[in-house]
Amino acid sequence: MHLLFKMTWIEFKLLAREPVTLVFSFAFPILVLVLLGGIFGDQSMEGGGYRGVTMMDWYVPSFIALVIASIGTISLPVHLSSYRERGVLRRFRASGVSEAALLGSQLLVSLGVALIGALIITIVGMTVYGAREPAAPAEVALAYVVGVFCFAAIGVLLASLAPTARAAQSAGLMLWFVMLFVSGTSAPLDRLPSWMVSVGKALPLYHSVISLVDPWTGRGTNWTQLAIVAGVGLMATLLSLRVFRWE
Amino acid sequence: MPPVIVAEHLQKRYKDVVAVADASFFVERGEIFGLLGSNGAGKTTSVECLQGLRRADGGVLRVLGLDPQTQARELRRRIGSQLQESALPDHVRVWEALDLFSSITHGGHDWREVMEQWGLSDKRKASFHGLSGGQRQRLFVALALVNGPEVVFLDEMTTGLDPAARRVAWDLVRRVRDMGTTVLLVTHFMEEAERLCDRIAVMDAGRIVAEGPPQRLVADHARYVTVVFSTDAEELAWLAEAPDVDKVTRHGARVEVRGGGAVLAHVAAALVAHGITPPDLRVEQPTLEDVFLALTGHEMGE
Repeated sequence: MHLLFKMTWIEFKLLAREPVTLVFSFAFPILVLVLLGGIFGDQSMEGGGYRGVTMMDWYVPSFIALVIASIGTISLPVHLSSYRERGVLRRFRASGVSEAALLGSQLLVSLGVALIGALIITIVGMTVYGAREPAAPAEVALAYVVGVFCFAAIGVLLASLAPTARAAQSAGLMLWFVMLFVSGTSAPLDRLPSWMVSVGKALPLYHSVISLVDPWTGRGTNWTQLAIVAGVGLMATLLSLRVFRWE
Repeated sequence: MPPVIVAEHLQKRYKDVVAVADASFFVERGEIFGLLGSNGAGKTTSVECLQGLRRADGGVLRVLGLDPQTQARELRRRIGSQLQESALPDHVRVWEALDLFSSITHGGHDWREVMEQWGLSDKRKASFHGLSGGQRQRLFVALALVNGPEVVFLDEMTTGLDPAARRVAWDLVRRVRDMGTTVLLVTHFMEEAERLCDRIAVMDAGRIVAEGPPQRLVADHARYVTVVFSTDAEELAWLAEAPDVDKVTRHGARVEVRGGGAVLAHVAAALVAHGITPPDLRVEQPTLEDVFLALTGHEMGE
């Protein structure tokens, strides 16, 4: 336990010493927020794919999901596989660091980094675009934790399957960009052809978005969506524990 | 007391390359044991199998009575390891790495002491990225020792150290042994093996070709000494007739006489009898280098 917290703390310090690695995770969603906010303003999409909420009330929680997804599918796999490539994992393993401590610390770091991203998006969304505050913060927090767990597990899986850090980066970026366009995190869902919506529903980001948007906008916890996100996370965890490689 | 490390008929191949053909050796508690050989001899593979970092294809391995294949986790808590190829995150600081690694197991040493011993105190706040090769090497050895291991594996620990730092490292390793830790040292430095190890095994092409204290290996496998002197005398054929002389070679003024037993006394007597009294007459004792050559038929390659 002691080791887990120490590793987590060091990872946070390492991130703070190389903040450029976080620019993508934080800056991109804000950029999209500004762009889409400029295009759609505060249009309401009554009865459409936006579940009757205004654009910004939709975009703020869904961009939190987007940040979570970018940490899980891009930052974490690149980080872990470059550790593997450089022999850092080898060093940890030879000294008796357990999978639990290593992967647990990655999960905790992801939770922390995603929280910072969520706060930035919420503050920008509320102050600049007048987005509403979360209706049920505790339920939003639950969806956030489940989302981070799911995408962190996917990240470990990607890191284990990718032969190199560069491969992990390409695969992760690819997956993230596909999800960006079909999960209601860029073009409105009701403007998408149905096959794109189907692709979106087959990927985890869509479900994580809905599970965050619903409690945020006063619809309460969407247990179905939350269960799907948790289920994907669980499956990814079990799979990644089987395929995880130290070298 | 049973040996701390046992390897019996260890075998390991990578696809169609045989890294370790058949290696058997043991390490007693409290000794510095050297695995000596040129690059590619199978030393690193052997110790990686012993640490459970690689799976052996055959043979029986025991470290502290544990099987590294099936009890690696428990084993790693009780051993220290300095690997040849590994790294730390670029921006991690020296003290952070020591602090982290000391918290992996309970009851380790105070990391500050280890940092001091290995001369890293003035670098405590430096990041890994900014350390020189020698400093990184010392940090890795310090990390291997910081959890107070019963056995420590040091793989080419003095690579990248200058001769002075190397001697300091040898002294520190002796101290580690004197405090009760068993040391398995992998090296291709003859001098390191000869000066530091209580016992060595010479490894060549995946096999152990000789094993024992360095002095005994020298006595057993390199029986010849070489008498060296210089002279202007043209005719030296009579020298080969002296008792115990095996071979005379000459490079200009420099003469080398190889032989066994009392060759020095006989050569000296013969020289004096012929009116030659070279002021630089001396005898060169055989070293591990000669043992290695005699055993493997080749010199130690880098």
